[in-house]
Amino acid sequence: MQYLAPTTVEEAVSALASHSGDCRILAGGTDLLVRMRSDMADPDAVVDLKRIDAMKQITPEDGGWRIGAAVSGAEMGEHADLVADWPGVVEATNLIGSTQIQGRCTMAGNLCNASPAADSVPAMVAAGAVARVVGPDGTRVVPVEEIPTAPGRTSLEKGELVDAIILPERGARGGDAYLRFIPRTEMDIAVVGCGVSLTLDDDGTCTAARVALGAVAPTVIVVPEAADALIGTKVDDAALDALSAACSAAAKPIDDKRGTVDFRVHVAGVLAKRAAVIAKKRAGGAA
Amino acid sequence: MSKIHVTTSVNGDPTEFLCEADETLLDALRDRLGMTGSKEGCGTGDCGACSVTVDGRLVCSCLMLGAEAEGREIGTIEGMAEGDTLHPLQRKFIEHAALQCGICTPGLLVAAKSLLEKHPDPTEEEARYWLAGNLCRCTGYDKIIRAVMDAAQEMREAS
Repeated sequence: MQYLAPTTVEEAVSALASHSGDCRILAGGTDLLVRMRSDMADPDAVVDLKRIDAMKQITPEDGGWRIGAAVSGAEMGEHADLVADWPGVVEATNLIGSTQIQGRCTMAGNLCNASPAADSVPAMVAAGAVARVVGPDGTRVVPVEEIPTAPGRTSLEKGELVDAIILPERGARGGDAYLRFIPRTEMDIAVVGCGVSLTLDDDGTCTAARVALGAVAPTVIVVPEAADALIGTKVDDAALDALSAACSAAAKPIDDKRGTVDFRVHVAGVLAKRAAVIAKKRAGGAA
Repeated sequence: MSKIHVTTSVNGDPTEFLCEADETLLDALRDRLGMTGSKEGCGTGDCGACSVTVDGRLVCSCLMLGAEAEGREIGTIEGMAEGDTLHPLQRKFIEHAALQCGICTPGLLVAAKSLLEKHPDPTEEEARYWLAGNLCRCTGYDKIIRAVMDAAQEMREAS
């Protein structure tokens, strides 16, 4: 195996595009090294992104935030302004693994690992985040929900990599939240996860919302019916019940050792409701 | 394939080693540098026995390549005591009998030291969450948490 540590994005793309063998991106490494260890991956080369300065930075951009692909979860959690704007995205990312994992794991890596249970992804999708994809043919910007296409698979072409996640401007009276169910309190993979982001107007009516579910389908899914249940309401009990029903209806999970279909369908609705209440409070809405 | 030459700092000492591209930092520390304090439990980032700090940040050395250590400052359990003087956490682990077999102890000490550098006055809940990535199959954690809280108090009083 070759270890490559480019210092510019162009070098990274060039290395990735020109390599004839199995060439993998190394951001935090908390998935890649586990795969290598368990013989699920045996790359010919890895391209470490952490020597590229821009990939290590959290930068204000167009009123929102650009988060480099090598920024760790811990660094996001320590960034007070980012946390103030997008607490749901940060709390979702900070749920991944242990303190040790947080020192390395990245949001872009969590996205490109393409697990349906990835904690940061429903929160990013709810936030309306986009991935900036760089490749041999230039740069394109893609809604994050279009990156994973199936468990372990992405829409990235040969030579392409995600160099940053971009969160939009939060704006006044907006709030987001992410909740997941796990059978213990820490160090586990979501049985169901739900991200909610919403905006209120001056009298507390919801003017915009996005809702996403994790671990209930082969990829994280957007639930427009759930968002519609909130928009135009005061996010009151009736709206929350409609949101909950829409999320349960949209959930198409499988039975596995972590949860049954029935349980996941039910919990999708419960988590959506609770996450929406938190998002509403963060947006400055009345209790 | 020729080996990679890595120049780094371990516990403040300038250090060089040669490693394979796919060799973990944990293997480099143990097999190249003879620093066997960091343990391999799971090898997949679940147990924390291999905990070290990299530029002050707590990480699993089993989930990092040795080559990535180039130019970084690595902190390991071997750097915790000063000569024969144990770190307060080490003393409190002994006083509270916060270990049995000892395999998890280096990782727990490195992780607990990192906690107290960042949060000198943690609540018990904060300590438990911070150390959730360090598995101990002997003690049931209670003695470990008591030792950490006791060490934290002593370190605060001493500072």
